[in-house]
Amino acid sequence: MRFGFFAKEALRALRRNAVPSFAAMATVLVTVLMLGVFIPVVQATTGAANEVRSRVLVDVYLKATATDADAERVKVLLEKTPSAGKVEYISKEAAYQAEKKRLPQYYKLLGKNPLPDTFRVTPERPDDIGKIKGHLTPVSPSGGRTTIDAAIGEVREHEENSSKILSATRVVKLTTGLLAALLVVASVLLVANTIRLSLYARRREIEVMKLVGATDWFIRWPFVLEGVLVGAIGGLFAVALLAIVKFALLDPLRSDFTLLAATQTMNFGVLMAILLGAAIAVSGLGSGLSLRRFLRV
Amino acid sequence: MAATERHVRRLHRSRDDGARTAPQPVPATQAAAAPVSSPIAPAAPVIEFDDVSKHYGTGNVGLDGASFTIHPGEFVFLVGSTGSGKSTIMRLLIKEYEPTAGRIAVAGRDLSQIKRKQVPHYRRNIGMVFQDFKLLPNRTVTDNVAYALQVTGSGRREIREKVPDILRLTGLSTKLHNYPDQLSGGEQQRVAVARAFVNHPPLLLADEPTGNLDPETSIGIMQLLYRINRTGTTVVVATHDHNMVDRMRRRVIEVSKGRVIRDEKVGSYRVQDESTREFGALLRGQDA
Ligand SMILES: Nc1ncnc2c1ncn2[C@@H]1O[C@H](COP(=O)(O)OP(=O)(O)OP(=O)(O)O)[C@@H](O)[C@H]1O
Ligand SMILES: [Mg+2]
Repeated sequence: MRFGFFAKEALRALRRNAVPSFAAMATVLVTVLMLGVFIPVVQATTGAANEVRSRVLVDVYLKATATDADAERVKVLLEKTPSAGKVEYISKEAAYQAEKKRLPQYYKLLGKNPLPDTFRVTPERPDDIGKIKGHLTPVSPSGGRTTIDAAIGEVREHEENSSKILSATRVVKLTTGLLAALLVVASVLLVANTIRLSLYARRREIEVMKLVGATDWFIRWPFVLEGVLVGAIGGLFAVALLAIVKFALLDPLRSDFTLLAATQTMNFGVLMAILLGAAIAVSGLGSGLSLRRFLRV
Repeated sequence: MAATERHVRRLHRSRDDGARTAPQPVPATQAAAAPVSSPIAPAAPVIEFDDVSKHYGTGNVGLDGASFTIHPGEFVFLVGSTGSGKSTIMRLLIKEYEPTAGRIAVAGRDLSQIKRKQVPHYRRNIGMVFQDFKLLPNRTVTDNVAYALQVTGSGRREIREKVPDILRLTGLSTKLHNYPDQLSGGEQQRVAVARAFVNHPPLLLADEPTGNLDPETSIGIMQLLYRINRTGTTVVVATHDHNMVDRMRRRVIEVSKGRVIRDEKVGSYRVQDESTREFGALLRGQDA
């Protein structure tokens, strides 16, 4: 009904305020472009960090004398350990086969299997690895460390430098997360500020509209539509540029660079849809909400 | 006279808007009979100022205990030197400002009772010509005038009918598609008058509608206001121009430092109708 009128008003405003409208669109374009590049980078970095962290494991070696009943008991015990996730049993034969394949010449020399039965425990969260180790090797009354079950020979971290991996990846994840949050906040503020400036330049106009009897919503709708249009146009241009960069530049390179190929990032289409939606929503809502201050006449 | 009554009834009807938003059980028969059983007396005042003061936050005194009453169909001049409070009166009337003290009623409705949401609906019943025109810079002459109709939800056909009419009446037929910054001061003032009157409001307020205009253009605008007044609209004109006011022999309310110091309702005040041409002659100082 009124939509036609409001849309025409919005278009008129865009045309008559070409410079501020263009500035607002350019702002949306640049911010969407930035986010469109940065979000996959953050995701790839976080993904890589998580991949490294998932290699943090606890190996529980059984004594050579351990029986099947012992193994069964230890398995139950490990599964009940707090913070422990998956518990994987690797028999001495399986371990022997795997290691022989990895280092054939050494194992040929050895001749017989020196490896114990092993349980490999994945912590629910990589950071809990110390807790699990502590639980499995409590402090004995005499001061040293014992194991929680007599059948357990040794408890070891699978990687030598788990703690280094953990702290390094934690720093990486934290920084990229922080950067991403800052960038999103900065983008919203930038777009909001551009909108506020363009509204401020038109506050007299808004005042006049009120004085001749326009209701708040009668004034607001064209501004909201204008914001939606600015967001949509700026966002679409940015998405188009990102698509060109992705399909024309990155995809052909993907086969040559393992880093590009290995990254697990959000589906491109989904990311673009989210960014475009956010651009439209921030711009439209921003216009509608910023207007409130100027409607008090 | 009939026109006057119709106008008064419209101002009163706008008062019922409030009752509608805050529903009160009114028997249908009574509501329907109301206009017949209690015809609005022509004497019911359009504007009542009762000891109204307006002190601005800066310590400036805009109005200081002003009281006066204006009746339907009157043509009233509001005179006084710069800073005497004329614009303040106008702006209080359209609820741009709230009075610091005192009571203002328009068509019997206390302005302090109008809720924020109802203000736009209230304003549509008052045509206002602002001292600084207040035209919308991004719209052509036609669209500026049409906006006053659009806010009321008028359809395209109504706009196509009414806007060219009022623009012809104000002598702007050749400037329909100009933007305000392409018009002279007098032309902008005419657009302001056209916009204020396109709705045919029962009350027209004109703040210095002839300020900065040459005498002949001023007379043209005053003639226009007079013509509008003759359709039954109550017209209040604020002006510095003592000469013109003295020649016209209409009711004059003079304010000084926010107080009403003269209100000539009788005396040489003319009630009888003149033609617009006679009125113009009067303004030029030639006795008709
Ligand atoms: N928005 C405002 N804030 C502060 N003071 C104001 C404001 N508007 C008016 N005033 C003060 O109120 C007094 C009356 O002003 P008003 O505009 O009513 O005068 P006026 O009679 O219309 O003058 P003029 O003939 O020059 O238009 C002046 O002293 C003025 O400085
Ligand atoms: Mg003034």
